[in-house]
Amino acid sequence: MSSGETQSTQQLVDHLFRHEAGKMIAVLTRIFGIHNLELVEDTVQETFLKALQVWKFNPVPDNPGAWLMQVARNKTIDLIRRQQKLADISSELQGRLLSNTENTIQQFFLDTEIADSQLRMIFTCCHPALSPEDQVALTLKTVSGFGVQEIARALVSNEAAIQKRIYRAREYIRTNHVQFEIPSGVALGERLETVYTVLYLLFNEGYSSLKADEPIRYDLCGEAMRLCKLLTEHKVGAQPSSFALLSLMCFQASRFDSRIGEAGTIILLQDQDRSKWNKDLIALGYRFLNQSSTGDYLSVYHIESAIAAEHCLAPDFASTNWDALLRLYNFLLEHKPIPIVQLNRSVILARTAGIGAAIDTILDIPHIGELLNRHYIYAAVLGELYAQAGNSAESRRLLEKAYELTPSLAEKKMLQEKLAAIH
Amino acid sequence: MFIFRGPSPEDLHLTPEQGQAQMQKWFNWIGELSAKGRYVGGDPLVREGKTVKGKKPVATDGPFAEGKELLGGYVIIKAESLAEATELAFGFPDFANEGSVEIREIVKMPMPS
Repeated sequence: MSSGETQSTQQLVDHLFRHEAGKMIAVLTRIFGIHNLELVEDTVQETFLKALQVWKFNPVPDNPGAWLMQVARNKTIDLIRRQQKLADISSELQGRLLSNTENTIQQFFLDTEIADSQLRMIFTCCHPALSPEDQVALTLKTVSGFGVQEIARALVSNEAAIQKRIYRAREYIRTNHVQFEIPSGVALGERLETVYTVLYLLFNEGYSSLKADEPIRYDLCGEAMRLCKLLTEHKVGAQPSSFALLSLMCFQASRFDSRIGEAGTIILLQDQDRSKWNKDLIALGYRFLNQSSTGDYLSVYHIESAIAAEHCLAPDFASTNWDALLRLYNFLLEHKPIPIVQLNRSVILARTAGIGAAIDTILDIPHIGELLNRHYIYAAVLGELYAQAGNSAESRRLLEKAYELTPSLAEKKMLQEKLAAIH
Repeated sequence: MFIFRGPSPEDLHLTPEQGQAQMQKWFNWIGELSAKGRYVGGDPLVREGKTVKGKKPVATDGPFAEGKELLGGYVIIKAESLAEATELAFGFPDFANEGSVEIREIVKMPMPS
């Protein structure tokens, strides 16, 4: 029996279980194979139950993560011994194999090997044959230790849909014998691109949350940053683009605290209190941006990070270097000719070339009619530009449309204020 | 003595994050009991067990209590009265998980004078 008279309230590091779950699943998958993912997840679950039972009454071990890993390792060795006993071989061979098992398994639990396994898991979840939605769901489940209901909540979906995505993705991996490995050569570069896309999606999902009452999903952004950092810390993942993406996330995250007002409203860049921007994250952003400036390949993440950095450089909104931003957006548009980039570029254009030019550019976006009817951001931005141009009728129509389209209460509030300001 | 009954944790299917949150509630409760100088110690119990009974005693597996009646662990506290102990039991973190606390006083053998 533990004696705890002097025991003070214990605390675990935030998300420790999630992070350790991801590590353990990766290591055990490497040992048992990706086709045994269910066995792996059950074993990890048992490990947590053991911790839950024991830590309730006893002081938590000094290194809880290492304790969990140790339990998982012992469970692994037990499982393998059981299988070896079943094998139809002589008792002498069994004996010899058993004595080697422990050493062999131990190798997989070395720190560098854990990192390696985690990277393999990220690469596997981001297999190019899977749809981006399935990749994101599977990554959150398997790499990040999220539960199905937590993924559903984070991605504003329902449990059945998420369950289906994960099932579909796993079936694909199983039936197509996808290897649990780090691709090499050209395949590595291609796979890294998919990984970036998934991490970028994950971050954006958190940054412009569709959830009604939560304008920023910090846990999603935090997870995207954690995984991106993991990538940069591994020799295979430490590519210039990885650093560029991580720096972009740091710059964006530095503005989180100033982006949400007291009543949960969204504060636009021009109205943000820049003293609230997180200087540590900005410094990290610059550091990673520096580390990304090697090689001869310029990724979209480099350009987007440079754009974010440009905003961080300006002491206030008025001193923003719009010309520099426009040059960067022109550059980005060449690499990423998609409507949302065109929309964002037009906002900059409004500063350099005037409102009229900005409106014209938006109206020139292919299929703009459909976009305005389906995505609130297009209606909101164009509506705001019309307001500035003095076209009240058009502005009201678009802002009302945007109001109808967005599920976010914070966005609705902001749009309401804008509507009220139109005469 | 607090005796805890409830479903086995594996039947709750907690996600890692939920597991950690649940654990934190336990830390808070035990920490609170400690801070009040009430906590003596406690232990979890393994799910499986044996029972020996009968006039010609035999050992059987079990008890296999109904899921939520499973004995999960115990804690020994110091309290002035059964009423105070009962009051302290209201902090038990697993009521929402169909858990329950039985509160019993341990009889101390009086020292012979």
